[in-house]
Amino acid sequence: MVEPVLHISNLVKNFGALRATDGVTIDLRPGEIHALIGPNGAGKSTLIHQICGTLRQDSGIIRFAGQDVGALTVAERARLGLGRTFQVSSIAPEFSALRNVMLAVQAKEGSSFRFFKPVMRDKGLIDTAMAMLERVGLTARARIPAAELSHGERRQLEIAMALALQSKVFLLDEPMAGMGPEGSKSLTRFLDTLRKEAPILLVEHDMDAVFALADRISVLVYGRVIATGTVEEIRRDPTVRTAYLGDHA
Amino acid sequence: MTIALALEQLLNGIQLGVMLFLMAAGLTLIFGVMGLINLAHGSLYMVGAFACATVAAWTGSFWIGLVASLIAAAAAGAIVELVVIRRLYDRDHLDQVLATFALILMFSEGTRWLFGSFPLYLDIPPLLQGAVALPGGTEYPLYRLAIIAAGALVAFGLYMLISRTRLGMRIRAGESDREMIGALGVDIRTLYTVVFALGAALAGFAGAMVGAIQSVQVGMGEPVLILAFVVIVIGGIGSIKGALLGALLVGVTDTMGRFLLPKLMLLFVPPAQAGMIGGAIASMLIYIVMAVILAVKPRGLFPPAHA
Amino acid sequence: MLLTRENLVNLILALGLLAVPLAANALGQPFYITLATRVAILALAATGLNLALGVGGLVSFGHAAFFGIGGYAAGILAAHNFSGDPLFFGFSGTNQMWIIWIVAVAMAGLVGLVIGAISLRTSGVYFIMITLAFAQMVYYFAVSWPAYGGEDGLSILVRNQFPGVMTMVPLNYFLICYVILLLGIALFAVIRASRFGAALQAARQNEVRVATVGIQPYRIRLTAFVISAALTGLAGALFADLNRFVSPSMLSWHMSGELIVLIILGGTGRLFGPLAGAALYVAFEYALGGLTERWQFFLGLILLLVVLFARGGLLGVLAGKARHG
Repeated sequence: MVEPVLHISNLVKNFGALRATDGVTIDLRPGEIHALIGPNGAGKSTLIHQICGTLRQDSGIIRFAGQDVGALTVAERARLGLGRTFQVSSIAPEFSALRNVMLAVQAKEGSSFRFFKPVMRDKGLIDTAMAMLERVGLTARARIPAAELSHGERRQLEIAMALALQSKVFLLDEPMAGMGPEGSKSLTRFLDTLRKEAPILLVEHDMDAVFALADRISVLVYGRVIATGTVEEIRRDPTVRTAYLGDHA
Repeated sequence: MTIALALEQLLNGIQLGVMLFLMAAGLTLIFGVMGLINLAHGSLYMVGAFACATVAAWTGSFWIGLVASLIAAAAAGAIVELVVIRRLYDRDHLDQVLATFALILMFSEGTRWLFGSFPLYLDIPPLLQGAVALPGGTEYPLYRLAIIAAGALVAFGLYMLISRTRLGMRIRAGESDREMIGALGVDIRTLYTVVFALGAALAGFAGAMVGAIQSVQVGMGEPVLILAFVVIVIGGIGSIKGALLGALLVGVTDTMGRFLLPKLMLLFVPPAQAGMIGGAIASMLIYIVMAVILAVKPRGLFPPAHA
Repeated sequence: MLLTRENLVNLILALGLLAVPLAANALGQPFYITLATRVAILALAATGLNLALGVGGLVSFGHAAFFGIGGYAAGILAAHNFSGDPLFFGFSGTNQMWIIWIVAVAMAGLVGLVIGAISLRTSGVYFIMITLAFAQMVYYFAVSWPAYGGEDGLSILVRNQFPGVMTMVPLNYFLICYVILLLGIALFAVIRASRFGAALQAARQNEVRVATVGIQPYRIRLTAFVISAALTGLAGALFADLNRFVSPSMLSWHMSGELIVLIILGGTGRLFGPLAGAALYVAFEYALGGLTERWQFFLGLILLLVVLFARGGLLGVLAGKARHG
């Protein structure tokens, strides 16, 4: 069996008396889209926070790119190749789309401690960033301040930044949230091509997208993974049906 | 003798701490409920002191002056809130800092305009003149003990107000969730004015009490304000309990540091330098304590649960 | 460089600051030269703060500490040079400005590193109050340490020297300060446009985003804070030589407040905002001070109105909204 790129085992996180993450074990293999689903309050966000490093787990191990990253900061994990998008898009609002991506390119290229060369005359930086914008279809919007981009465009911008980081894993937190039906469809098509770049851990409520994209699905309820399997296995799993899927299946 | 002297200094430290608490409680309450940083809080302290000194001079009664200080500071607070402060709640902290800095300039210069540049003096009321014998044979001014008692009473009253009354319930709701108090049907604008006036009254009370042991002058609120900032940073901004413990910690540390450090330095350096080095370190001591606490707990000792 | 409206306004400001003392010199009015020198120095101090506050969003309410440390560097070195007593570790004092500037920059930067390292662990209101508190610590130290004048301050009997320039001639000293101001503004512009500047601006807009692309916001901010402190420290050394006097008032929290006020009056984060603000401030001080003893009251009122109703500052009015590439 291939070595998983991201491997989380026995992760536990308590908030006071509440056990938000209860011994979660989950992995992400090369080339796959692994969807994480579950009702609101199941602890999906808490889990994402621990994978990215904004929250520290109480116990358990997070292995990524062959090393234990459980004690690293957000920035250190990002440099190892953990690319992510947020439930509510996180961008630098005053910067143009281009400058947002340029920030990711400069971070990937190495040091941000360069004080003299103006970024807007840095052809290499601009060209690389433009290439990323082209891949997500934002070329025409490159010079627009990110604050003025539409909801869907901001999502594309975030993905362009993750691409610029040459991420080894994409962690997408509800990318379909707030998208119209058309937007969801085109984003679904795009994510299907994105999997060639790197495996995707996809947290999503939109079951059409999940069933269309996922190679495997894990179901999180009350902080525990109650089932992991292929789309068909999950559709048929009786505990999942009662706990979550209901009439969706 | 030294022990009696140390006890006296300790009491002075507690007295300073109690006064700082009155300032810090208002600041931290205003920040906790409205999310506002108010530099002009020291000006309200000054307003209280001037009101007390002026009214006491007119009427011959410290007590009427004390009541006047509460009214004047609360009124000044309410007016400032209505005219200026409520435009700042939605602004960033930089705007709040600048606008309230501007208010300081206006309050200080305005007070100088009305009262001139000479300090006013406020006598200790006859009832509280004299001294109390301490164990060890020294005497301690009754008035300072009265300040400690008054401060303790106010702290207790504040605790009761916040934990037992309807207003307190609304304040707590405001601290944990701005939208919730709207949902409770509370008129937020009025609540904010009341909280601001309450904080102002506490500051004015502190100013009046201290006015009888120091001179009443323009700028008197500023050193106290900065110490109160240190207090709430140490205690955790928004926490009344943190303000109380922080205030006592700062008051006692500052006073005892100035008392003990020059003596401590005698062990290491010649007497001529001991006073100088000890004094210099003592003047920085609370800031060093603050730095150490923040290095361990960047959000203070009792950070508010939500933020 | 493109001749945009903002560049035109900047050019006019820079030439205007040069024109006033030249005219005053021709008319034999040295007082106005001193006023212009004051503007240049305050603008440099505020340019330093503008890097942290305007570009990085770090509302430091303690930059008087760096301003004062620069001032005391000048005062102490000059005092030791005058008395001939060695300073420490065998170093002696000096009356050479360029050595004093290096020491001022180094000392302010070093203290900035310590204060920043602790303060930047926090943010928002905590950061404001902690920088204020640390500046007060430096202030009280200066007041209680009698060796260099304590509360009374320290005089610089003869203005320090610069090779080939008669520094006691007001216009000469103005030109020194003016050149340094322009260099400081140029440094600010270069840093802001660089990769470092991009990361710093992004950290102000969205800290999480910066960390998510793999840049540690803390390191970026700390570096900016140190550069900012060093620039303000350099201005402090120039200020001490202008007044030939340094006292704890340079370290006071009013000074910190004034530096922020200069930036806001001029326009936050704008290249020439500090110069516009300093010119406006000194003009207010002079004009209002001539009209009424109570000028600080009106200054407060004007500041309050600017904060409440004219948030772009002077450059916002003259040159329109700030633009980003």
